[in-house]
Amino acid sequence: MSRTRTPVVPRWFAGEGEAFRLLGTRCTACGAVFFPREDVLCRNPGCQSTGLSEVPLSPRGRVWSYTDGRYRPPAPYVSDPELPWRPYTLIAVELAAERMVVLGQGAPGVTVADLEVGMEVEVVPGVLSEDAETTWTTWHWRPVGVAA
Amino acid sequence: MDDVALATGGGGGVTDDVAVLGAGMHPWGKWGRGFVEYGTVAARAALADAGVDWRDITSVVGADTVRGGYPGYVAGATFAKALGWQGARVSSVYAACASGAQAIGTARAQLLAGLTDVVLVVGADAAPKGFFRPAGGERPDDPDWLRFRVLGATNPTYFGLYARRRMAVHGETLEDFAQVKVKNAALGALNPHARYRRAVTAGEVAASAVVADPLRLLDICATSDGAAALVLSTLEFARRHGASTPVRIRAVATVTPTYPNTALDLPDIATDSATAVPPAEHTFRESVARAAYEEAGIAPHDLSVAEVYDLSTALELQWYEDLGLCGAGEGAKLLREGTTAPGGRIPVNTSGGLASFGEAVPAQAIAQVCELTWQLRGTTGARQIDGARVGITANQGLFGHGSSVVVVR
Ligand SMILES: [Zn+2]
Repeated sequence: MSRTRTPVVPRWFAGEGEAFRLLGTRCTACGAVFFPREDVLCRNPGCQSTGLSEVPLSPRGRVWSYTDGRYRPPAPYVSDPELPWRPYTLIAVELAAERMVVLGQGAPGVTVADLEVGMEVEVVPGVLSEDAETTWTTWHWRPVGVAA
Repeated sequence: MDDVALATGGGGGVTDDVAVLGAGMHPWGKWGRGFVEYGTVAARAALADAGVDWRDITSVVGADTVRGGYPGYVAGATFAKALGWQGARVSSVYAACASGAQAIGTARAQLLAGLTDVVLVVGADAAPKGFFRPAGGERPDDPDWLRFRVLGATNPTYFGLYARRRMAVHGETLEDFAQVKVKNAALGALNPHARYRRAVTAGEVAASAVVADPLRLLDICATSDGAAALVLSTLEFARRHGASTPVRIRAVATVTPTYPNTALDLPDIATDSATAVPPAEHTFRESVARAAYEEAGIAPHDLSVAEVYDLSTALELQWYEDLGLCGAGEGAKLLREGTTAPGGRIPVNTSGGLASFGEAVPAQAIAQVCELTWQLRGTTGARQIDGARVGITANQGLFGHGSSVVVVR
C-alpha cells in the first residue's frame, strides 16, 4: 500500500532534492524574518505590520550546538515502542543571512561524533515517521560533503 | 549599596519591602500522594513558622499545578478549600517554572497596594514519571507540542545543546560540570527537605548514563513531588506581630525577553532573527538579574548567597555569568576557585539546588526563597553561610518568564 507524503507541519518547508528549503516569512515593512513563520503580525515591537510574505531560508549554516536523545521521548513524538530505541541527533544551526539559530534533527546516520561546533551543514528533506497511510516528512541537517 | 543603606531598610530600591513572616516546605521526593496534601503541609508549616492563624490570612496566592492540558488545578482556591474556607481573597498564577516567583510577585503587589496585609503563597506538585511532556491531543499551534512532535526535543535536549556550546566556546569540560553536582550534592546531604541526601563524586557523574550528549543522568535534574509556602506581610503587620527585623523581599523581577531574543530557549524551535533589529545589549537571563538588581538597588557584589535554577550542571555555570558574579566564560573558573561553595565569596545553591531536590515546578521558585529566608535568619544549621545578609534567586520559566527575587535582612 502506498503512503501519502505529508509534511509534519504544513508550509514550514517545500521542494525536492537540491531545491528543498525551510520556509519562513519576511515582514514587508521592516524586513524581519520569522521561522516558524508568522503570517498575521510582525513581532518586531517597533513595527507590527501585517504584511508578511513567504521566504525560503538559507539552505546552509554552521553548527551552533548539537546533542542527541538517548532515551525515547514521550508523545506526541512518534516511535514504535516494539522496536529498540535508536538515538537521533539534534543540531542547532546558525544561519548567517537570517542571523538566527534553527533546530532540526540530524540526517539518518549522523551522530554527535560526526559533528563539531562551527561545522557547515545543509538542510535536506527527511522522513520523521510512517504510519499505515502517511509518510510524515520533515527537514534534516546534514554536514556538507556527506553523501545522502 | 553599602551595609548601612541596607540596614536602614525599605529605601534601597524603587519600592518598599514586604516581610517574610514564615516559610515552610513539604520534603521533596516521590511520595505517591496528591499535590493538595503536600501543599497544605507546607502551608501549615509556613503559618506555624509565622505564628499566624490561618483564619487571619486575608489573601491566598497559589502557583498552579499543571496536569491534563491546562493549569488544571487552580491552586489558590484548592489550597484555601483544603485548609478550610475562611473567605480570603484568592489568586492563582501560572508561568511554568517561574510560577512561584509570579505568586510571590502577586502577593507583594497586593501588600504594597494596601489591598491586604498578610498573604499565604503556596506551590505544590506531584510530578510525572520520566520526561516532562506536553498535554495530549493535536495542538499544532502550541510550540511546546510542536517541539516534541517534530523534533522529539525534550527538556534535556536544550540542556545538552547549552552544555556543548559552553564546551566549544569556553573550553569547559565534563569534569567542570560534574563538580557542580559534587558541590550541590554535598549541600543537599545537609538539607532535610532535599530528595537526594548523599554526597556524589565526579566519578559517579561520569559513570551515569548519557541522556542528552554531553550530559549524564547526574548532570540533569529529576522531577519531584514537593511543596513550599511563604507567609508574606506588610512591614507594619510584621511590627504589630512582634517581628521587628524580619527577612524582607526587596525585589521581584518577572520580566519578559526583548525582541530579538537570540537565545534558543525552551520550547522554541528557532531563535528570533536579528536582521531587522540588533540584539539588546543583554541576553534575556542577564536582563532578569539586572531588573532584580535595579529594583532592589543592589549590585552583584552585595550578595551573600544565591539560589539559581540548576536544571543542569552546565546551566548553573551559565547563571553565574548571567547574575554578574563573573564575566562571560568564567563560570567554571569561579567554581574551580571555590567562590560559589561554602566559604567562598558567594555560595550558590546552599539548599543543594535542583541537583538535590529535583524540580517540583510550581513549588521550586518558592522553595528558593524559603532557603534564602532561612540563610538570612541564620537557621540552616550545617549548611549555614555566616553573616548572610542579601540573597538572590534566579530562574526562567518556559515561554519567556523571568523570575528573580531579592531577599535582604
Ligand atoms: Zn515588521
